[in-house]
Amino acid sequence: MFNSYVSNTLEYDPELCINCGMCSTVCPHRVFSPDGKKAQLVNPKACMECGACQLNCPTKAIKVDNGVGCASAMMLAAVKGKKEVTCGCDSSC
Amino acid sequence: MKDILEKQAETTTKEIKKTISCCSSSGRRSEPIFTLSGKTDYVIKSTSGEITPVNRLDHLMARLGVKREQHRVEPGLYTMGNPKKDSPVFVSANYTLSFDALRSALKSIDCYILVLDTKGVNVWCAAGKGAFGTNEIVHRIESVGLKDVVNHRILIVPQLGATGVDARQVRDRSGFKVEFGPVRAADLPEYLKTHRATPEMRSVRFTLYDRIVLIPVEMKNFLIPLLIASVILALVGSYTAAAAVISAAFSGLVLFPILLPWIPTTDFSTKGFLMGGLAAVIFALDSFYSMTNENLWLRFGWALAYMLVMPQISAFLALNFTGSTTFASVTGVKREIFTYMPIMAWVSGIGIILIIVLSSVKIIGGI
Repeated sequence: MFNSYVSNTLEYDPELCINCGMCSTVCPHRVFSPDGKKAQLVNPKACMECGACQLNCPTKAIKVDNGVGCASAMMLAAVKGKKEVTCGCDSSC
Repeated sequence: MKDILEKQAETTTKEIKKTISCCSSSGRRSEPIFTLSGKTDYVIKSTSGEITPVNRLDHLMARLGVKREQHRVEPGLYTMGNPKKDSPVFVSANYTLSFDALRSALKSIDCYILVLDTKGVNVWCAAGKGAFGTNEIVHRIESVGLKDVVNHRILIVPQLGATGVDARQVRDRSGFKVEFGPVRAADLPEYLKTHRATPEMRSVRFTLYDRIVLIPVEMKNFLIPLLIASVILALVGSYTAAAAVISAAFSGLVLFPILLPWIPTTDFSTKGFLMGGLAAVIFALDSFYSMTNENLWLRFGWALAYMLVMPQISAFLALNFTGSTTFASVTGVKREIFTYMPIMAWVSGIGIILIIVLSSVKIIGGI
């Protein structure tokens, strides 16, 4: 209950990996690590769901529900009844 | 502020006119044919690695949250030093803090900087929204006629731009190969030696300095509601109650970001709760021991009220800090909202009712 960050929406299918190394390049939290044959998912808990790996994976081996992890934006969207959550950027992002 | 920005634009950018072919109007992606597309003037601006006092003032204003949307650089192509046809091209956002970090890091390097129109938002946030993205890069390459300015086809894009930039699509649509550079512009000189980034250069940090510079903007966002709350409390309640609100806000907006990695829980809300709790203990003990000629249950009631309300205020403020951090995931933040927001609402509600009851007892003068 007291760790909301134990799991996330990141999914990786090593079967589809062609070892281009792009995920390890773009990930800012070292979630993936390059290996001899395939990218290794070494630290899935550190994923912040930014979506950079998914966008740049050439074989769609990575899936993640990406978005901005911002409580203010989510609550504001909920209050205004909007479905799409974007930061208004009057916040500190 | 606008005057300052205009002045800054005058002082730091001397415009050089270059006549180059423009192929954006015809929409072709191959090498431009000069006779067909016609010649258009595109102005390549020049800049330097120097950060002037005017720039520093602009950075300070941006950090203080003054005119958040107006810290902009004009999008387009800039030269640094004396670049040649084979000089590297770096891509940046049109937010002054992003652009200035890049140009000050590239101080002694002859190069081009392609500034995208990200509406004055930094690279990472703009990439999250797609403003720093594939379409904008492809469009900007065409509109400045980059193919005629340089003889190579490589763009060095900040790594954090990868959230919005699909490197393969950029190559397919513009012919330019995207090379994701390091996270921080400051690592660029080291990166350029080998064009390989170390794992260190590829990782975002959230240092004490990074967290401290965010404090003023966070404070600004909540300043008005907090002021209203404390003024009302000072008028109808007591100065101590007003001070309690300010202290709870201080715990959530200042102590929490500073101590973030060292507070021994994982969730933002619980960390904020602990910080507010520390302040609440002081107020609770103070009210309990200072109201010595009051009834015991009244003293206990006030102490309880502080313990109920103050931690909720700082927990809420801490939860709102998630968007400013470099690591909070959507899934986790959603989970936090659903877990803690009802608790915060109920407990603070009970606390406020308790305060109203205690205050009316005082006003009626009973017991």
